[in-house]
Amino acid sequence: MDFSLTDEQRMLQDGLRRLLTSGGTWDAVAEMGVIGMLLPEEKGGYGGAGSDLMVVFEEIGRAGSDLPLIDTGVLGAGLLAAAGQDVDDVLAGGARIALAHAEPGSRYDLAHVETRAEENVDGWRLTGRKSVVVDAPNATRLLVTARPEDHAPIALFEVDPKALDLRGYPLTGGGEAAEIALDATPATLLWADADAMLADTHARATLAISAEALGLMESIRALTVDYLRTRKQFGRPIGKFQVLQHRMADLLIEIEQARSAVVNLAGHIDTPDRDRHVAATKNLVGEVARLVVEDSIQMHGGIGVTEEYDLGRLAKRLSMVDHRFGDTLHHLERFIELSA
Amino acid sequence: MNLDYTPDQKAFRDEVRAFLAENLPERLTDKGRAGRPLTKRDHEEWHAILNSRGWLAGHWPTEHGGQGWDAVQRHIFEMETTAAGAPRIVPFGVMMLGPVLLKFGSEAQKAHYLPRILDGTDWWCQGYSEPGAGSDLASLRCEAVRDGDHYVVNGQKTWTTLGQYADHIFCLVRTSKEGKPQEGISFLLIDMATPGIEVRPIRLIDGSVEVNEVWFSDVRVPVANLVGAENMGWTIAKYLLTHERTNIAGVGFASAGLAALKRMAKGQMDRGRPLTENPHFAARLARIEIDLMAMATTNLRVVSAAAAGQAPGPESSMLKVKGTILRQEINNLAKTAAGPWALPFQSEALEGANDAIGPEGTRRATATYFNNRKLSIYGGSNEVQRNIIAKAILEL
Ligand SMILES: Cc1cc2nc3c(=O)[nH]c(=O)nc-3n(C[C@H](O)[C@H](O)[C@H](O)COP(=O)(O)OP(=O)(O)OC[C@H]3O[C@@H](n4cnc5c(N)ncnc54)[C@H](O)[C@@H]3O)c2cc1C
Repeated sequence: MDFSLTDEQRMLQDGLRRLLTSGGTWDAVAEMGVIGMLLPEEKGGYGGAGSDLMVVFEEIGRAGSDLPLIDTGVLGAGLLAAAGQDVDDVLAGGARIALAHAEPGSRYDLAHVETRAEENVDGWRLTGRKSVVVDAPNATRLLVTARPEDHAPIALFEVDPKALDLRGYPLTGGGEAAEIALDATPATLLWADADAMLADTHARATLAISAEALGLMESIRALTVDYLRTRKQFGRPIGKFQVLQHRMADLLIEIEQARSAVVNLAGHIDTPDRDRHVAATKNLVGEVARLVVEDSIQMHGGIGVTEEYDLGRLAKRLSMVDHRFGDTLHHLERFIELSA
Repeated sequence: MNLDYTPDQKAFRDEVRAFLAENLPERLTDKGRAGRPLTKRDHEEWHAILNSRGWLAGHWPTEHGGQGWDAVQRHIFEMETTAAGAPRIVPFGVMMLGPVLLKFGSEAQKAHYLPRILDGTDWWCQGYSEPGAGSDLASLRCEAVRDGDHYVVNGQKTWTTLGQYADHIFCLVRTSKEGKPQEGISFLLIDMATPGIEVRPIRLIDGSVEVNEVWFSDVRVPVANLVGAENMGWTIAKYLLTHERTNIAGVGFASAGLAALKRMAKGQMDRGRPLTENPHFAARLARIEIDLMAMATTNLRVVSAAAAGQAPGPESSMLKVKGTILRQEINNLAKTAAGPWALPFQSEALEGANDAIGPEGTRRATATYFNNRKLSIYGGSNEVQRNIIAKAILEL
């Protein structure tokens, strides 16, 4: 048993941390080779282990970064590679990819795809609605899922984002998304039977966002401990009040639980037991995230609910983790089903 | 034991209901339901409607324009108005300053200010907290120094709710540095048009602007604006804390929030069934409702003791803790129910007429969740309330 990182992973961690604290841009992050670390060699990358994802996304979280690395790097590049496409340009940072999969009524159900694909003489056309498509307003490439008929497998298409009716908006805690209306929109078929690759990339995205949550928790913890030490009321630092000490101690215990859950998933991302670990980790991380968000704000008092202070944005980002790739309830139910 | 209202109380409830059905503008309830912020004009409109019936300050004595309601009547009024989706009464003038003036104000102050609160001439805000004086309010430093028949005020207040709408502020100021910090505090009424006052907005985590910083530099306030005696401010503040807290549990808000949550959740499909049929979601919803049913009765127990003449003391701390936890739990479950629709940042600052994303009912879930983190922080944080319970009730 060995929980330590490899030398390469440690270098990646250090480098990425430094880059992100100095406001690392998309190009700089890509130039560091971070996107390539998210894919295994057989898919054109040079990493792709669960622990690689954990290292990268914990740093993304720690920095509170809203770079769309999950969308382009894990979902986008992952799906393109799985569909046999060349991803060199993507790994070099030359594209931003959004995946338009979820629909207005799909909630967290990956199988819920009502968007219809029709083939005629001049190719495929898609009709339907896609919802909360993260990073779509900035995407240079757009992947879209649709079904040729009701019970057919989900197929993966590419659509030119410039040809689209797209309604963009900001996301809570940073980043952007869009509602997309497809109306006989021309599309290129990438893969006809994409259910398994969607499940696979979403499992990896769940690991990524869970590691991101962990990084956010660590930053919030540091900020809160610092505040407990410096904020004075009744003539002493508020961190001297035992009730706050215990609360902070509980947060620490729970954040360590979250770390172990992420380690569990990282270690099982390529095993047959993967889905049960996905459910367990996302459920636990979601529960801990709620605790960390609410208790850290509470221990800050009024300043915790202001926009200006750093905590606000970090807490919002952390809170939103429960709203992507399935929430605590969704994964609780999945875990029970998969454990039966 | 009888849990029913008396026939008189029932008649009063029906009267309130009939009044609301007749007079509560749909425009305002629609805004409330959609979670859109009310403007100053909206608040003023509703205050004026209530005032025309003598119900804006129903708990004030009749000779000052109220109805002399007891705690149960107040409770009925609060429950009915929130259930109907009416705007809340802006508390600073009606609920806070009014009772203070009635108890501690001079005849001249009562005669001048009380009618102006009722008819909307004056809009008050509350200037207690300072950057360095939150939970430890008695450590406040904003200073008022006597100069002839004026006080000269210097310092800063913060977290001043709706200070951007206000034209008057009631402040706790330091008038003495002798003795215990509590013994050098005075209660001062300040016209915000006085030179030397600057108000700056603070944007909150959900994007809203409802609190402000207020700066005072050499602000000259007539000595006649002192309420009670000099250095008596702490007694006045404490009186407010224990006597004016009948609605502290927020049972009406919780009930309305729960009803809205149920409506919204029914419309969200989760793996082919309404979310309310997800057993894990249903269990959490049920737990909240069970807690709320009990808390409503705890609240009534305190209310009826108050109506019988017992001043609600530390019990109000229990109601505040339980009530805010419940409301925050409802807000959290609403955010959960909104699912992926919780992601779009739908701030009141960004809100145009038609640009809301996602089904009605989900749109404000995240903003409300974050905004209402304040419930357990302000008005004495829940930690401070528990300290009070431990000390005053448990005598620990
Ligand atoms: C949205 C909002 C609106 C407000 N409106 C107004 C207003 O209109 N007018 C006004 O005057 N004020 C207002 N306030 C201020 C509010 O009353 C203060 O925020 C509150 O008293 C807490 O003070 P603080 O924010 O300085 O937190 P702090 O007092 O610094 O507290 C930080 C943390 O320490 C804890 N803590 C402090 N002391 C103890 C202790 N002895 N034991 C255990 N834990 C402790 C607190 O519970 C909290 O968790 C408002 C605040 C907010 C957030």
